[in-house]
Amino acid sequence: MSDDIDRTGGAPEDASPAKAPAAPAGQAGPQAIRAVPVRHYGRYVAAVVAIAVLVAIVYAFAQGKINWGAVPDYFFDHRILKGAGQTLLLTLLSMLIGVVGGVVLAIMRLSRNPVTSSIAWFYIWFFRGTPVLVQLFVWFNLGLVFEYINLGPIYKNYWSDFMTPFLTALLGLGLNEAAYMAEICRAGLLSVDEGQTEAAHALGMSHGKTLRRIVIPQAMRVIVPPTGNEVINMLKTTSLVSAVQYYELLRYAQDIGQTSGAPVEMLFLAAAWYLVMTSVLSIGQYYIERYYARGSSRSLPPTPWQRLRANLLSLGRPKGALG
Amino acid sequence: MTTPTKQDGGRATASAMVKAEDVHKSFGSLQVLKGIDLEVASGEVFCLIGPSGSGKSTFLRCINHLEKINAGRLYVDGDLVGYRQQGDRLHELRDHEVARKRRDIGMVFQRFNLFPHMTAVENIMEAPVQVKGMNKGAARERAAQLLERVGLADKAGSYPSQLSGGQQQRVAIARALAMDPKLMLFDEPTSALDPELVGDVLDVMRDLAETGMTMIVVTHEMGFAREVGDSLVFMDGGVVVESGRPRDVLTDPQHERTQSFLSKVL
Repeated sequence: MSDDIDRTGGAPEDASPAKAPAAPAGQAGPQAIRAVPVRHYGRYVAAVVAIAVLVAIVYAFAQGKINWGAVPDYFFDHRILKGAGQTLLLTLLSMLIGVVGGVVLAIMRLSRNPVTSSIAWFYIWFFRGTPVLVQLFVWFNLGLVFEYINLGPIYKNYWSDFMTPFLTALLGLGLNEAAYMAEICRAGLLSVDEGQTEAAHALGMSHGKTLRRIVIPQAMRVIVPPTGNEVINMLKTTSLVSAVQYYELLRYAQDIGQTSGAPVEMLFLAAAWYLVMTSVLSIGQYYIERYYARGSSRSLPPTPWQRLRANLLSLGRPKGALG
Repeated sequence: MTTPTKQDGGRATASAMVKAEDVHKSFGSLQVLKGIDLEVASGEVFCLIGPSGSGKSTFLRCINHLEKINAGRLYVDGDLVGYRQQGDRLHELRDHEVARKRRDIGMVFQRFNLFPHMTAVENIMEAPVQVKGMNKGAARERAAQLLERVGLADKAGSYPSQLSGGQQQRVAIARALAMDPKLMLFDEPTSALDPELVGDVLDVMRDLAETGMTMIVVTHEMGFAREVGDSLVFMDGGVVVESGRPRDVLTDPQHERTQSFLSKVL
């Protein structure tokens, strides 16, 4: 690589002195083309308009009565930290329900048993077809319908004691998520070539083992990217559960906003926290994708750290970077 | 060159490894096999040739129950394939019973079907470890030996995507051999390969034949069939048109359909 770059980078310099004395040795390589490039005036106009709009927005916010100082003041407030923790916890637990439920539903849906596949179909149809906020309210208000929860000898309690805001939030988000994850998992399982199953069966592997050892690891390549998307979506969707009295990041930020008299600033603060958390999750997703890419391409893509190091090294070389 | 002696040996131990009696198979309304009768002796290299759509691959897949037959009887090593006979009734075998029978039958596919998320050596270890419960160290050692045998000792750590088609197919053969099968099925093993890579795979198969492995080979490689094969069957339209010693069938086909097919491929 570096050899190529050096050669092209060095060529004009080497060629021009050689050309000046009318190339006596006659070892002239192909001469580099020097042409007047096409001018893209539209691009300049577009850039100017975009920058103008941006400046106007920044100016407007700078003029607005915003107490920016409140954001760093409360950024690490213990309530905010607690809220962010609750948001993460809720995200992880509802994704766990979503993923486990999704795998089960996907396998049900693909099974040859018409009863289980229809039930899975109905579940997905229902939970994907209704808004998650409506589902949350339904879980929240089930106490109006049921007085007790009675699971025979296992568990018995008043509904209101059983269905805490946390459980409401968890069930509402998790069961809704399972419907989406089911479709993602189904697509992943279907994406694995049938020849893989046949080869595993021909070696004497059982259905279960074939699924676990051969099909699912390959399906993961298709499943992971949209699942990462779902995690990030879920992190943001957890903000809805403030509507069912569960205290998470947004709820705490709003509370602080009302008492401190800086409601908009606290929303900015919450937004900043959501951005930090989604960014961290995206990095994690990158590494998981890289893990499941084993064998799918000839060499693994570099990690951001490896890429950064490579870039720094190439900066050290004088003309290499300019190419 | 080694064929005559091998053939005699094959005949002497003439217990049938595979026996088909009036085997029928249809996909929906499409009849693919319309009554196949044949016998493959233990230790024999048995070649199946014929135009595409003649049912030869389907028949091969019936032998390890990847396809269910609709009528007739199919036996491997004396046992009915896919069923158990109790009195005069047939009972379908359970999945794990089918899986157990498949352990003894290796299969090599046209499209290799290596597991892309595992290295060559992991591909070969997978079934001995997961199916037979062999310990990993022993399985790895065995896999290394098998890789050596197919001429790929240096490719143990390569993923299938880093191997050429011919190398992949040789790993696939090693993977099948790792289960110590008593019968090997080859489903057009060289059809997806570049012409220059075919030879390596055929060499491995030739070596395997010399060890006395029973092999059923669906192929378009007439040279291989003639040199290595002990028996040859020409199939067309779901029936066996002609069978016999490869040399006889290939050089002096009796049936008109065989003659016209061979005139096109030879």
